[in-house]
Amino acid sequence: MGEALPELDTPVMGRAVRLRGVTKTYDNGVTALGPLDLDIGKSEFVSLLGPSGCGKSTALRLIAGLAAPTSGEVVVAHRAGEGRPGRGIGFVFQEPTLMPWTSVEENVRLPLKLAHVPAAESDQRVGEALERVGLADFSNSYPRELSGGMKMRVSLARALVTDPEILLLDEPFAALDEITRFRLNNDLLALWRNLNKTVVFVTHSVFESVYLSQRVIVMTARPGRISSEIRIEAEEPRSEAFRTSAGYADLCRKVSAALAPSYAGRSSL
Amino acid sequence: MSALQEEGRAAAAARNGRVVRALRIVLPVVVAIVATAAWELIVRLNDIQPYVLPGPIAVFTTLAGDWGVLWDSLLVTLLTTLEGFVAASIGGIALALLFNQSKALEYSLFPYAVVLQVTPVIAIAPLLLIYLPQQAAVVVCAWIVAFFPVLSNTTLGLNSVDRNLAGLFQLYGASPLQTLRYLKFPSALPYVLGGLRIAGGLSLIGAVVAEIAAGTAGAGSGLAYRIAESGYRLNIPRMFAALLLLSLAGIVIYALLALVSHLALRHWHESALGKES
Repeated sequence: MGEALPELDTPVMGRAVRLRGVTKTYDNGVTALGPLDLDIGKSEFVSLLGPSGCGKSTALRLIAGLAAPTSGEVVVAHRAGEGRPGRGIGFVFQEPTLMPWTSVEENVRLPLKLAHVPAAESDQRVGEALERVGLADFSNSYPRELSGGMKMRVSLARALVTDPEILLLDEPFAALDEITRFRLNNDLLALWRNLNKTVVFVTHSVFESVYLSQRVIVMTARPGRISSEIRIEAEEPRSEAFRTSAGYADLCRKVSAALAPSYAGRSSL
Repeated sequence: MSALQEEGRAAAAARNGRVVRALRIVLPVVVAIVATAAWELIVRLNDIQPYVLPGPIAVFTTLAGDWGVLWDSLLVTLLTTLEGFVAASIGGIALALLFNQSKALEYSLFPYAVVLQVTPVIAIAPLLLIYLPQQAAVVVCAWIVAFFPVLSNTTLGLNSVDRNLAGLFQLYGASPLQTLRYLKFPSALPYVLGGLRIAGGLSLIGAVVAEIAAGTAGAGSGLAYRIAESGYRLNIPRMFAALLLLSLAGIVIYALLALVSHLALRHWHESALGKES
Protein backbone atom coordinates (compact mmCIF):
# COMPACT_ATOMS: atom_id res chain seq x y z
CA MET A 1 0.00 0.00 0.00
CA GLY A 2 3.08 2.18 0.21
CA GLU A 3 3.40 3.21 -3.43
CA ALA A 4 1.38 6.07 -4.80
CA LEU A 5 -2.02 5.10 -5.97
CA PRO A 6 -2.59 5.20 -9.70
CA GLU A 7 -4.91 7.78 -11.13
CA LEU A 8 -8.34 6.56 -10.23
CA ASP A 9 -10.48 6.08 -13.25
CA THR A 10 -13.84 7.72 -13.04
CA PRO A 11 -16.36 6.38 -15.43
CA VAL A 12 -18.65 9.36 -15.43
CA MET A 13 -18.04 12.51 -17.38
CA GLY A 14 -16.24 15.16 -15.40
CA ARG A 15 -14.94 15.33 -11.88
CA ALA A 16 -16.85 16.76 -8.95
CA VAL A 17 -14.19 16.37 -6.29
CA ARG A 18 -10.46 15.93 -6.51
CA LEU A 19 -8.16 15.36 -3.53
CA ARG A 20 -4.39 15.27 -4.07
CA GLY A 21 -1.93 14.39 -1.32
CA VAL A 22 -4.34 15.70 1.26
CA THR A 23 -3.34 15.36 4.91
CA LYS A 24 -4.85 16.72 8.07
CA THR A 25 -2.89 17.05 11.29
CA TYR A 26 -4.63 18.47 14.32
CA ASP A 27 -3.12 21.04 16.66
CA ASN A 28 -2.36 18.31 19.19
CA GLY A 29 -0.08 16.64 16.65
CA VAL A 30 -2.39 13.77 15.77
CA THR A 31 -2.42 13.02 12.08
CA ALA A 32 -5.99 12.13 11.28
CA LEU A 33 -5.82 11.73 7.58
CA GLY A 34 -3.73 11.01 4.61
CA PRO A 35 -2.03 11.41 2.44
CA LEU A 36 -5.19 10.92 0.47
CA ASP A 37 -5.76 10.91 -3.28
CA LEU A 38 -9.33 10.66 -4.38
CA ASP A 39 -11.39 11.51 -7.41
CA ILE A 40 -15.15 11.55 -7.40
CA GLY A 41 -17.00 11.87 -10.66
CA LYS A 42 -20.03 13.98 -11.32
CA SER A 43 -23.28 12.23 -10.38
CA GLU A 44 -21.37 9.41 -8.76
CA PHE A 45 -22.48 7.80 -5.48
CA VAL A 46 -19.36 7.05 -3.45
CA SER A 47 -19.11 5.68 0.08
CA LEU A 48 -16.16 6.22 2.39
CA LEU A 49 -16.03 3.16 4.61
CA GLY A 50 -13.72 2.70 7.56
CA PRO A 51 -13.40 2.17 11.28
CA SER A 52 -14.44 4.99 13.56
CA GLY A 53 -11.72 7.57 13.99
CA CYS A 54 -10.18 6.81 10.60
CA GLY A 55 -10.66 10.37 9.41
CA LYS A 56 -13.47 9.73 6.97
CA SER A 57 -15.55 12.48 8.56
CA THR A 58 -12.51 14.73 8.41
CA ALA A 59 -12.23 14.02 4.69
CA LEU A 60 -15.86 15.05 4.28
CA ARG A 61 -15.32 18.27 6.22
CA LEU A 62 -12.32 19.06 4.01
CA ILE A 63 -14.43 18.58 0.89
CA ALA A 64 -17.12 20.82 2.38
CA GLY A 65 -14.55 23.50 3.18
CA LEU A 66 -15.40 23.33 6.88
CA ALA A 67 -11.74 22.59 7.59
CA ALA A 68 -8.55 23.31 5.69
CA PRO A 69 -6.09 20.53 4.79
CA THR A 70 -2.66 20.64 6.45
CA SER A 71 -1.15 19.86 3.08
CA GLY A 72 -2.30 18.86 -0.38
CA GLU A 73 -5.11 20.27 -2.45
CA VAL A 74 -8.85 19.93 -2.40
CA VAL A 75 -10.65 20.90 -5.57
CA VAL A 76 -14.41 20.92 -5.67
CA ALA A 77 -16.21 21.72 -8.88
CA HIS A 78 -18.81 24.33 -8.12
CA ARG A 79 -21.71 25.06 -10.25
CA ALA A 80 -20.90 27.76 -12.75
CA GLY A 81 -21.90 31.24 -11.71
CA GLU A 82 -21.91 30.54 -8.00
CA GLY A 83 -18.65 31.76 -6.67
CA ARG A 84 -19.10 31.49 -2.94
CA PRO A 85 -17.73 28.29 -1.47
CA GLY A 86 -20.22 25.82 -0.14
CA ARG A 87 -23.13 27.01 -2.23
CA GLY A 88 -22.88 23.95 -4.42
CA ILE A 89 -22.65 21.66 -1.42
CA GLY A 90 -25.27 20.16 0.84
CA PHE A 91 -24.13 18.62 4.11
CA VAL A 92 -25.96 16.19 6.38
CA PHE A 93 -24.45 15.54 9.80
CA GLN A 94 -24.63 12.44 11.93
CA GLU A 95 -27.17 14.18 14.13
CA PRO A 96 -30.11 16.00 12.52
CA THR A 97 -28.54 19.32 13.66
CA LEU A 98 -31.80 21.25 13.51
CA MET A 99 -32.50 24.53 15.22
CA PRO A 100 -34.90 23.53 18.03
CA TRP A 101 -36.30 27.04 18.39
CA THR A 102 -37.96 27.19 15.03
CA SER A 103 -40.28 25.18 12.81
CA VAL A 104 -39.40 22.51 10.28
CA GLU A 105 -40.14 24.97 7.49
CA GLU A 106 -37.80 27.61 8.87
CA ASN A 107 -35.08 25.02 9.43
CA VAL A 108 -35.24 24.00 5.79
CA ARG A 109 -35.37 27.64 4.71
CA LEU A 110 -32.15 28.51 6.54
CA PRO A 111 -29.67 28.13 3.65
CA LEU A 112 -31.92 30.27 1.43
CA LYS A 113 -32.38 32.89 4.11
CA LEU A 114 -28.62 33.13 4.59
CA ALA A 115 -28.28 33.63 0.84
CA HIS A 116 -30.98 36.35 0.83
CA VAL A 117 -33.26 34.43 -1.53
CA PRO A 118 -36.55 36.36 -1.92
CA ALA A 119 -39.47 35.06 0.15
CA ALA A 120 -41.66 33.96 -2.74
CA GLU A 121 -38.93 31.86 -4.29
CA SER A 122 -37.78 30.39 -1.00
CA ASP A 123 -41.38 29.46 -0.05
CA GLN A 124 -41.64 27.45 -3.20
CA ARG A 125 -38.26 25.76 -2.84
CA VAL A 126 -38.84 24.90 0.82
CA GLY A 127 -42.21 23.41 -0.12
CA GLU A 128 -40.61 21.31 -2.86
CA ALA A 129 -37.80 20.10 -0.60
CA LEU A 130 -40.25 19.05 2.13
CA GLU A 131 -42.45 17.36 -0.48
CA ARG A 132 -39.43 15.43 -1.71
CA VAL A 133 -38.70 13.95 1.72
CA GLY A 134 -42.40 13.35 2.45
CA LEU A 135 -42.78 15.92 5.20
CA ALA A 136 -45.03 18.47 3.52
CA ASP A 137 -47.63 18.04 6.29
CA PHE A 138 -45.12 18.80 9.03
CA SER A 139 -43.84 22.18 7.89
CA ASN A 140 -45.16 23.95 10.99
CA SER A 141 -44.03 21.33 13.50
CA TYR A 142 -41.13 21.87 15.81
CA PRO A 143 -38.19 19.45 15.62
CA ARG A 144 -38.92 18.05 19.09
CA GLU A 145 -42.30 16.85 17.83
CA LEU A 146 -40.70 14.63 15.19
CA SER A 147 -39.20 11.14 15.38
CA GLY A 148 -35.49 10.55 14.76
CA GLY A 149 -36.11 9.45 11.19
CA MET A 150 -38.29 12.45 10.43
CA LYS A 151 -35.69 14.82 11.86
CA MET A 152 -33.13 13.25 9.54
CA ARG A 153 -35.49 13.82 6.62
CA VAL A 154 -35.72 17.49 7.58
CA SER A 155 -31.96 17.62 7.64
CA LEU A 156 -31.91 16.03 4.19
CA ALA A 157 -34.50 18.51 2.90
CA ARG A 158 -32.37 21.38 4.19
CA ALA A 159 -29.33 19.99 2.35
CA LEU A 160 -31.38 19.67 -0.84
CA VAL A 161 -33.10 23.05 -0.73
CA THR A 162 -30.19 24.88 -2.35
CA ASP A 163 -30.20 22.30 -5.14
CA PRO A 164 -26.52 21.53 -4.54
CA GLU A 165 -24.31 19.76 -7.03
CA ILE A 166 -22.70 17.69 -4.31
CA LEU A 167 -24.34 16.05 -1.33
CA LEU A 168 -22.08 15.13 1.60
CA LEU A 169 -23.51 12.78 4.21
CA ASP A 170 -21.65 12.01 7.42
CA GLU A 171 -23.04 8.75 8.85
CA PRO A 172 -26.49 10.28 8.65
CA PHE A 173 -28.48 7.16 9.54
CA ALA A 174 -26.14 5.65 12.15
CA ALA A 175 -28.37 6.56 15.09
CA LEU A 176 -31.61 5.27 13.56
CA ASP A 177 -33.28 1.91 14.00
CA GLU A 178 -32.86 -0.62 11.21
CA ILE A 179 -36.32 -0.33 9.64
CA THR A 180 -36.07 3.47 9.50
CA ARG A 181 -32.54 3.22 8.14
CA PHE A 182 -33.60 0.89 5.33
CA ARG A 183 -36.44 3.21 4.38
CA LEU A 184 -34.17 6.24 4.36
CA ASN A 185 -31.60 4.28 2.34
CA ASN A 186 -34.26 3.69 -0.32
CA ASP A 187 -35.40 7.30 -0.18
CA LEU A 188 -31.84 8.49 -0.59
CA LEU A 189 -31.32 6.23 -3.60
CA ALA A 190 -34.52 7.53 -5.17
CA LEU A 191 -33.40 11.12 -4.60
CA TRP A 192 -30.02 10.39 -6.11
CA ARG A 193 -31.58 8.79 -9.21
CA ASN A 194 -34.05 11.64 -9.70
CA LEU A 195 -31.81 14.57 -8.90
CA ASN A 196 -28.58 13.40 -10.46
CA LYS A 197 -26.38 14.65 -7.61
CA THR A 198 -22.89 13.64 -6.67
CA VAL A 199 -23.13 11.90 -3.31
CA VAL A 200 -20.30 11.23 -0.88
CA PHE A 201 -21.56 9.02 1.91
CA VAL A 202 -19.52 8.32 5.01
CA THR A 203 -20.42 5.18 6.93
CA HIS A 204 -18.96 2.40 9.03
CA SER A 205 -21.58 -0.06 7.85
CA VAL A 206 -20.43 -2.48 5.15
CA PHE A 207 -24.03 -3.36 4.32
CA GLU A 208 -25.12 0.22 3.92
CA SER A 209 -22.14 1.14 1.75
CA VAL A 210 -22.69 -1.79 -0.59
CA TYR A 211 -26.42 -1.22 -0.82
CA LEU A 212 -26.14 2.44 -1.68
CA SER A 213 -23.03 3.17 -3.62
CA GLN A 214 -21.50 2.68 -7.02
CA ARG A 215 -18.07 2.67 -5.48
CA VAL A 216 -16.92 1.87 -1.94
CA ILE A 217 -13.67 3.48 -0.81
CA VAL A 218 -12.23 1.43 2.06
CA MET A 219 -10.07 3.38 4.46
CA THR A 220 -7.42 2.30 6.96
CA ALA A 221 -7.34 3.16 10.64
CA ARG A 222 -5.78 6.46 11.68
CA PRO A 223 -4.19 8.10 9.88
CA GLY A 224 -6.89 7.40 7.30
CA ARG A 225 -5.69 6.33 3.89
CA ILE A 226 -7.39 4.55 1.05
CA SER A 227 -6.64 0.85 1.30
CA SER A 228 -8.80 -0.31 -1.57
CA GLU A 229 -11.81 0.54 -3.61
CA ILE A 230 -14.52 -1.77 -4.75
CA ARG A 231 -16.93 -1.08 -7.55
CA ILE A 232 -20.46 -2.19 -6.83
CA GLU A 233 -22.13 -3.40 -10.00
CA ALA A 234 -25.80 -4.01 -9.52
CA GLU A 235 -28.94 -3.82 -11.50
CA GLU A 236 -30.50 -0.37 -11.24
CA PRO A 237 -32.74 0.71 -9.72
CA ARG A 238 -31.73 -1.03 -6.54
CA SER A 239 -34.44 -2.12 -4.15
CA GLU A 240 -35.09 -4.46 -1.28
CA ALA A 241 -34.67 -7.34 -3.73
CA PHE A 242 -31.03 -6.37 -4.12
CA ARG A 243 -30.59 -6.34 -0.35
CA THR A 244 -31.53 -10.00 -0.16
CA SER A 245 -29.78 -11.19 -3.33
CA ALA A 246 -26.77 -13.50 -3.45
CA GLY A 247 -24.81 -10.87 -5.38
CA TYR A 248 -25.29 -8.42 -2.53
CA ALA A 249 -24.04 -10.95 0.00
CA ASP A 250 -20.96 -11.66 -2.14
CA LEU A 251 -20.16 -7.96 -2.42
CA CYS A 252 -20.61 -7.48 1.31
CA ARG A 253 -18.21 -10.35 1.95
CA LYS A 254 -15.70 -8.83 -0.43
CA VAL A 255 -15.93 -5.40 1.17
CA SER A 256 -15.73 -6.88 4.66
CA ALA A 257 -12.56 -8.73 3.66
CA ALA A 258 -11.10 -5.49 2.32
CA LEU A 259 -12.01 -3.71 5.53
CA ALA A 260 -10.63 -6.40 7.88
CA PRO A 261 -6.98 -5.20 7.79
CA SER A 262 -8.17 -1.75 8.92
CA TYR A 263 -9.25 -3.31 12.16
CA ALA A 264 -6.11 -5.48 12.53
CA GLY A 265 -4.02 -4.59 15.55
CA ARG A 266 -7.06 -3.29 17.41
CA SER A 267 -8.13 -5.21 20.43
CA SER A 268 -11.30 -6.93 19.37
CA LEU A 269 -14.32 -5.80 21.27
CA MET B 1 -62.56 -5.85 33.72
CA SER B 2 -58.94 -4.86 33.38
CA ALA B 3 -59.92 -1.98 31.12
CA LEU B 4 -62.23 -0.76 33.82
CA GLN B 5 -59.51 -1.13 36.41
CA GLU B 6 -57.13 0.77 34.18
CA GLU B 7 -59.66 3.54 33.76
CA GLY B 8 -60.11 3.63 37.51
CA ARG B 9 -56.40 3.86 38.02
CA ALA B 10 -56.07 6.67 35.46
CA ALA B 11 -58.86 8.59 37.16
CA ALA B 12 -57.18 8.04 40.51
CA ALA B 13 -53.89 9.30 39.10
CA ALA B 14 -55.59 12.39 37.68
CA ARG B 15 -57.29 13.01 41.02
CA ASN B 16 -53.92 12.56 42.69
CA GLY B 17 -52.38 15.17 40.38
CA ARG B 18 -55.14 17.66 41.17
CA VAL B 19 -54.74 17.05 44.89
CA VAL B 20 -50.98 17.61 44.68
CA ARG B 21 -51.48 20.86 42.72
CA ALA B 22 -54.05 22.10 45.22
CA LEU B 23 -51.80 21.19 48.15
CA ARG B 24 -48.97 23.23 46.69
CA ILE B 25 -51.19 26.31 46.97
CA VAL B 26 -53.13 25.43 50.11
CA LEU B 27 -50.19 24.43 52.31
CA PRO B 28 -48.19 27.69 52.11
CA VAL B 29 -51.42 29.66 52.63
CA VAL B 30 -52.17 27.59 55.74
CA VAL B 31 -48.65 28.25 57.01
CA ALA B 32 -49.12 32.00 56.44
CA ILE B 33 -52.46 32.04 58.28
CA VAL B 34 -51.15 29.98 61.21
CA ALA B 35 -47.97 32.07 61.52
CA THR B 36 -49.88 35.37 61.34
CA ALA B 37 -52.39 34.17 63.91
CA ALA B 38 -49.61 32.98 66.23
CA TRP B 39 -47.84 36.31 65.83
CA GLU B 40 -50.98 38.28 66.69
CA LEU B 41 -51.70 35.94 69.61
CA ILE B 42 -48.20 36.30 71.06
CA VAL B 43 -48.36 40.09 70.78
CA ARG B 44 -51.77 40.22 72.47
CA LEU B 45 -51.14 37.65 75.22
CA ASN B 46 -47.85 39.25 76.23
CA ASP B 47 -49.17 42.74 75.76
CA ILE B 48 -46.15 43.70 73.63
CA GLN B 49 -46.07 47.38 72.69
CA PRO B 50 -46.21 48.27 68.96
CA TYR B 51 -42.84 50.09 69.14
CA VAL B 52 -41.29 46.77 70.22
CA LEU B 53 -43.22 44.34 68.03
CA PRO B 54 -46.44 45.33 66.26
CA GLY B 55 -48.96 42.59 65.57
CA PRO B 56 -50.01 41.82 62.00
CA ILE B 57 -53.26 43.70 62.43
CA ALA B 58 -51.34 46.82 63.45
CA VAL B 59 -49.05 46.34 60.42
CA PHE B 60 -51.98 46.06 58.03
CA THR B 61 -53.69 49.03 59.63
CA THR B 62 -50.52 51.06 59.12
CA LEU B 63 -50.21 49.81 55.56
CA ALA B 64 -53.73 51.04 54.85
CA GLY B 65 -53.33 54.26 56.83
CA ASP B 66 -49.95 55.23 55.35
CA TRP B 67 -50.85 53.93 51.91
CA GLY B 68 -50.31 57.30 50.24
CA VAL B 69 -46.74 57.70 51.49
CA LEU B 70 -45.81 54.04 51.08
CA TRP B 71 -47.26 53.77 47.57
CA ASP B 72 -45.28 56.81 46.40
CA SER B 73 -42.14 55.33 47.95
CA LEU B 74 -42.83 51.96 46.32
CA LEU B 75 -43.08 53.66 42.92
CA VAL B 76 -39.75 55.42 43.50
CA THR B 77 -38.01 52.15 44.44
CA LEU B 78 -39.62 50.27 41.56
CA LEU B 79 -38.52 52.95 39.10
CA THR B 80 -34.95 52.70 40.40
CA THR B 81 -35.13 48.92 40.18
CA LEU B 82 -36.43 49.10 36.63
CA GLU B 83 -33.70 51.53 35.57
CA GLY B 84 -31.04 49.36 37.17
CA PHE B 85 -32.52 46.23 35.61
CA VAL B 86 -32.71 47.71 32.12
CA ALA B 87 -29.17 49.06 32.41
CA ALA B 88 -27.95 45.69 33.71
CA SER B 89 -29.72 43.75 30.95
CA ILE B 90 -28.45 45.96 28.15
CA GLY B 91 -24.99 46.24 29.70
CA GLY B 92 -24.68 42.52 30.47
CA ILE B 93 -25.88 41.36 27.07
CA ALA B 94 -23.85 43.96 25.17
CA LEU B 95 -20.71 43.12 27.10
CA ALA B 96 -21.24 39.39 26.51
CA LEU B 97 -21.64 40.02 22.79
CA LEU B 98 -18.44 42.07 22.76
CA PHE B 99 -16.60 39.33 24.65
CA ASN B 100 -17.93 36.81 22.15
CA GLN B 101 -16.50 38.83 19.25
CA SER B 102 -13.10 39.40 20.80
CA LYS B 103 -11.31 36.98 23.11
CA ALA B 104 -8.71 39.67 23.89
CA LEU B 105 -11.44 41.95 25.19
CA GLU B 106 -12.90 39.13 27.26
CA TYR B 107 -9.54 38.27 28.83
CA SER B 108 -8.85 41.95 29.56
CA LEU B 109 -12.17 42.86 31.13
CA PHE B 110 -13.78 39.75 32.58
CA PRO B 111 -11.68 39.72 35.78
CA TYR B 112 -12.89 43.24 36.55
CA ALA B 113 -16.48 42.21 36.06
CA VAL B 114 -15.82 39.51 38.66
CA VAL B 115 -14.18 42.06 41.00
CA LEU B 116 -17.24 44.28 40.70
CA GLN B 117 -19.45 41.29 41.46
CA VAL B 118 -17.61 39.98 44.53
CA THR B 119 -17.12 43.35 46.21
CA PRO B 120 -20.15 43.81 48.51
CA VAL B 121 -22.32 46.53 47.03
CA ILE B 122 -23.14 47.87 50.51
CA ALA B 123 -19.46 48.82 50.74
CA ILE B 124 -19.39 50.48 47.32
CA ALA B 125 -22.62 52.43 47.81
CA PRO B 126 -21.26 55.13 50.18
CA LEU B 127 -18.46 55.90 47.70
CA LEU B 128 -20.88 56.17 44.80
CA LEU B 129 -23.03 58.50 46.88
CA ILE B 130 -20.06 60.81 47.28
CA TYR B 131 -19.25 61.01 43.57
CA LEU B 132 -22.70 60.77 42.00
CA PRO B 133 -26.03 62.51 42.48
CA GLN B 134 -28.13 60.30 44.72
CA GLN B 135 -30.59 59.02 42.11
CA ALA B 136 -27.74 58.13 39.74
CA ALA B 137 -25.82 56.41 42.56
CA VAL B 138 -28.82 54.27 43.42
CA VAL B 139 -29.29 53.18 39.81
CA VAL B 140 -25.57 52.41 39.48
CA CYS B 141 -25.78 50.23 42.61
CA ALA B 142 -28.71 48.31 41.15
CA TRP B 143 -26.74 47.92 37.93
CA ILE B 144 -23.58 46.67 39.66
CA VAL B 145 -25.45 43.95 41.51
CA ALA B 146 -27.61 42.86 38.60
CA PHE B 147 -25.41 42.97 35.51
CA PHE B 148 -23.10 40.09 36.36
CA PRO B 149 -25.60 37.22 36.15
CA VAL B 150 -26.75 38.58 32.79
CA LEU B 151 -23.17 38.85 31.56
CA SER B 152 -22.06 35.43 32.73
CA ASN B 153 -25.23 33.64 31.62
CA THR B 154 -25.22 35.27 28.19
CA THR B 155 -21.55 34.43 27.77
CA LEU B 156 -22.28 30.83 28.68
CA GLY B 157 -25.19 30.78 26.23
CA LEU B 158 -23.18 32.24 23.36
CA ASN B 159 -20.50 29.62 23.96
CA SER B 160 -23.02 26.78 23.99
CA VAL B 161 -23.85 26.95 20.29
CA ASP B 162 -24.08 23.52 18.63
CA ARG B 163 -20.82 22.97 16.76
CA ASN B 164 -22.42 21.32 13.78
CA LEU B 165 -24.97 24.11 13.42
CA ALA B 166 -22.09 26.58 13.51
CA GLY B 167 -20.43 24.52 10.76
CA LEU B 168 -23.62 24.66 8.75
CA PHE B 169 -23.73 28.46 8.99
CA GLN B 170 -20.09 28.53 7.86
CA LEU B 171 -20.88 26.21 4.96
CA TYR B 172 -23.64 28.50 3.72
CA GLY B 173 -21.41 31.55 4.02
CA ALA B 174 -23.40 33.26 6.80
CA SER B 175 -22.18 36.73 7.74
CA PRO B 176 -21.20 37.36 11.37
CA LEU B 177 -24.42 39.33 11.83
CA GLN B 178 -26.54 36.51 10.39
CA THR B 179 -24.77 34.00 12.62
CA LEU B 180 -25.47 36.19 15.62
CA ARG B 181 -29.11 36.76 14.75
CA TYR B 182 -30.16 33.34 13.54
CA LEU B 183 -27.84 31.07 15.53
CA LYS B 184 -26.07 32.53 18.53
CA PHE B 185 -28.83 34.65 19.96
CA PRO B 186 -31.59 32.01 19.79
CA SER B 187 -29.17 29.41 21.24
CA ALA B 188 -28.29 31.75 24.08
CA LEU B 189 -31.85 32.90 24.77
CA PRO B 190 -32.70 30.37 27.52
CA TYR B 191 -29.48 31.29 29.32
CA VAL B 192 -30.09 35.02 28.87
CA LEU B 193 -33.60 34.69 30.28
CA GLY B 194 -32.24 32.73 33.25
CA GLY B 195 -29.78 35.56 33.87
CA LEU B 196 -32.52 38.18 33.61
CA ARG B 197 -34.64 36.31 36.12
CA ILE B 198 -31.82 36.51 38.67
CA ALA B 199 -31.07 40.11 37.72
CA GLY B 200 -34.66 41.23 38.40
CA GLY B 201 -34.49 40.30 42.07
CA LEU B 202 -30.91 41.53 42.39
CA SER B 203 -31.65 44.98 40.99
CA LEU B 204 -34.32 45.40 43.67
CA ILE B 205 -31.72 44.42 46.27
CA GLY B 206 -29.20 46.85 44.74
CA ALA B 207 -31.73 49.69 44.79
CA VAL B 208 -32.65 48.98 48.43
CA VAL B 209 -29.02 48.72 49.53
CA ALA B 210 -28.17 52.06 47.97
CA GLU B 211 -31.22 53.75 49.49
CA ILE B 212 -30.30 52.40 52.93
CA ALA B 213 -26.71 53.57 52.47
CA ALA B 214 -27.95 57.00 51.46
CA GLY B 215 -30.08 56.86 54.58
CA THR B 216 -31.88 59.88 55.91
CA ALA B 217 -29.01 62.07 54.78
CA GLY B 218 -30.20 61.60 51.24
CA ALA B 219 -33.10 63.33 49.61
CA GLY B 220 -34.55 60.02 48.48
CA SER B 221 -38.03 58.79 49.18
CA GLY B 222 -37.87 55.11 48.26
CA LEU B 223 -39.23 52.29 50.37
CA ALA B 224 -35.85 51.47 51.91
CA TYR B 225 -35.48 55.11 52.82
CA ARG B 226 -38.90 54.88 54.51
CA ILE B 227 -37.71 51.84 56.47
CA ALA B 228 -34.58 53.65 57.65
CA GLU B 229 -36.55 56.77 58.50
CA SER B 230 -39.25 54.85 60.36
CA GLY B 231 -36.52 53.05 62.29
CA TYR B 232 -35.11 56.32 63.53
CA ARG B 233 -38.60 57.38 64.59
CA LEU B 234 -39.35 54.03 66.23
CA ASN B 235 -42.33 53.72 63.88
CA ILE B 236 -41.96 49.93 63.82
CA PRO B 237 -45.37 49.13 62.28
CA ARG B 238 -44.47 51.26 59.26
CA MET B 239 -41.12 49.44 58.96
CA PHE B 240 -43.00 46.16 58.76
CA ALA B 241 -45.50 47.59 56.29
CA ALA B 242 -42.69 48.85 54.01
CA LEU B 243 -40.91 45.50 54.32
CA LEU B 244 -44.09 43.70 53.29
CA LEU B 245 -44.40 45.88 50.21
CA LEU B 246 -40.76 45.23 49.28
CA SER B 247 -41.30 41.46 49.52
CA LEU B 248 -44.41 41.68 47.38
CA ALA B 249 -42.55 43.81 44.82
CA GLY B 250 -39.78 41.17 44.67
CA ILE B 251 -42.31 38.37 44.18
CA VAL B 252 -44.11 40.26 41.40
CA ILE B 253 -40.82 41.02 39.61
CA TYR B 254 -39.80 37.36 39.75
CA ALA B 255 -43.21 36.16 38.59
CA LEU B 256 -43.24 38.61 35.67
CA LEU B 257 -39.79 37.56 34.47
CA ALA B 258 -40.64 33.87 34.88
CA LEU B 259 -43.75 34.46 32.77
CA VAL B 260 -41.76 36.26 30.05
CA SER B 261 -39.25 33.41 30.04
CA HIS B 262 -42.01 30.82 29.77
CA LEU B 263 -43.74 32.65 26.92
CA ALA B 264 -40.49 33.06 24.99
CA LEU B 265 -39.43 29.43 25.31
CA ARG B 266 -42.70 27.51 25.48
CA HIS B 267 -42.49 26.17 21.94
CA TRP B 268 -39.15 24.50 22.10
CA HIS B 269 -37.10 24.60 25.27
CA GLU B 270 -37.16 21.73 27.75
CA SER B 271 -37.49 24.12 30.68
CA ALA B 272 -40.79 25.49 29.40
CA LEU B 273 -42.36 22.25 28.17
CA GLY B 274 -44.85 20.28 30.20
CA LYS B 275 -43.68 16.99 31.65
CA GLU B 276 -46.04 15.06 29.38
CA SER B 277 -44.98 16.39 25.98
